[in-house]
Amino acid sequence: MKHIYLDNSATTQPSSEVILEVKKVMEQNWGNPSSVHSFGQDARTVLDQSRRKVAKFLNCREDEIIFTSGGSESDNLALRGVVEGYIKKNELKTGKLPHIITSMVEHHAVLHTVEEMESQGLIATTYLKPDQNGIISADQIEAAICDNTILVSLIYVNNETGVITPIKEIGERLKNINSDRKDRIFFHTDAVQAVEYLNIVPEMLNVDLLTIAAHKFHGPRGVGVLYVRKGIPIRSQISGGDQEFRMRAGTENVAAIAGMAKALHQIESRESLITNQVAELRNRLEAGIAASISDAIINGVGANRAPHISNVSFLNAEGEAIILNLDFLGIAVSSGSACTSRSLSPSHVLSAMGIPPEKAHGSIRFSLSHETTIEEIDEVLRVLPGIIKNLREMSPFK
Amino acid sequence: MEYTKEVLDHFQNPRNVGEIKDADGVGQVGNMKCGDVMYTYIKVGSRPSSVGSNELQTANRKPQTEEYIEDVKFKTLGCAAAIASSSMMTELAKGKSLTEIEKLSRDDINEALGVLPKQKYHCSILSADAIHKAVEDYRSRKKEIK
Repeated sequence: MKHIYLDNSATTQPSSEVILEVKKVMEQNWGNPSSVHSFGQDARTVLDQSRRKVAKFLNCREDEIIFTSGGSESDNLALRGVVEGYIKKNELKTGKLPHIITSMVEHHAVLHTVEEMESQGLIATTYLKPDQNGIISADQIEAAICDNTILVSLIYVNNETGVITPIKEIGERLKNINSDRKDRIFFHTDAVQAVEYLNIVPEMLNVDLLTIAAHKFHGPRGVGVLYVRKGIPIRSQISGGDQEFRMRAGTENVAAIAGMAKALHQIESRESLITNQVAELRNRLEAGIAASISDAIINGVGANRAPHISNVSFLNAEGEAIILNLDFLGIAVSSGSACTSRSLSPSHVLSAMGIPPEKAHGSIRFSLSHETTIEEIDEVLRVLPGIIKNLREMSPFK
Repeated sequence: MEYTKEVLDHFQNPRNVGEIKDADGVGQVGNMKCGDVMYTYIKVGSRPSSVGSNELQTANRKPQTEEYIEDVKFKTLGCAAAIASSSMMTELAKGKSLTEIEKLSRDDINEALGVLPKQKYHCSILSADAIHKAVEDYRSRKKEIK
């Protein structure tokens, strides 16, 4: 059976160059970068070179790059790090809790971290509700700002819908607001889904903290970056040695870090942007679905979207049942249905957009990569109408 | 999802899908909000009682009868587990007396499916409830006629 992988927002296939790079470093530079001897120094060289490459990609200083175990750790470090850094600095001040502004459509790595800090009594939080297309606006941010606001954290490209948050515009607005404030508000973005498709240079976006994870752009699992603008006071979340500018203890995962640098280098070296190529395939998929399946709604269609994600709700068909039927035919997708999670409620992202549960339960996320082909999209379009038809015939509703 | 062979088989080849137009009883359970909705339709027949009836028959000279599920069909909107448990329920219910149906439990369906993943257990609850409700519906209709 031919396999078609349309779940690139979950994870991407590591490129063969990345695999070779990881293997090479594991074979040749396996020393501990903190060791004084030659084994250690060889590994240190690889680590430094990798940091240089990542800094070049983000057009930032090398000491602004903190290597982590991935997106979730980077988000945790950004949020908890800023809050604890603030509390430490202001421990003698009394009064209001530090205030964080975030949205209802964040990745759980942000949402659950903020919720947890809130329940620990560390912060007060505003969760902004997006419009029906999933967009959070700069005006909403400005309206939510309080005297005690210390941090805004927003997802750049939503991992379920592909909807783009106007980070640059919000960053500019915050910059203006900050110029009149004594204590400036920091700005974090989770850019995990944006790396291959949008400009993520922190200086351009006016962000202070930015999260990426290698396995979302054909790099290895278990490695990511938190960009922290020079001078932003954050507190380390893992105690131990002095690695990563004392911001993240633990022997560096040099091979994975080198693999991530390789993956970023491959993105930079592409002859043309893959954005148009992937967008064309996504558009073909959506047009094909609209033409062959009734009551299929593209979620977030009115927003600016990254080219690689399409989220479609099929009325009167349940998401997990659709996934399994596609999987029997070798096609991999995912869903915002409750039945694919361990909870009983459907996707928090779709719910926040005002999509009722009966539509959210039938939602499917197709996420493409530059390796997706027109033949693969056409194969999906060939089998999908029959699958939906069968499930709808089984449903008690017409 | 770690589904058993039985679950995948009943999901891919569901038994007894459909509606019974002149059903004697209908059981509707679930709601759109939770994502699983199940309709069960039954036809009830009558047959000579099979259990412990010999002595009674000789005593009364009148054959005892019992009501049983002559036919059962379902329509389900839901995940693979919901569809598989609906299908399995119809197989277990068909031919059973109404007294036996009352004893048909969630666990019977779950066990016949080779045990559903924990978080899917509510799906098997749903199909047991559906057949019980259909029988209930049948009995209340009968009362009205009387």
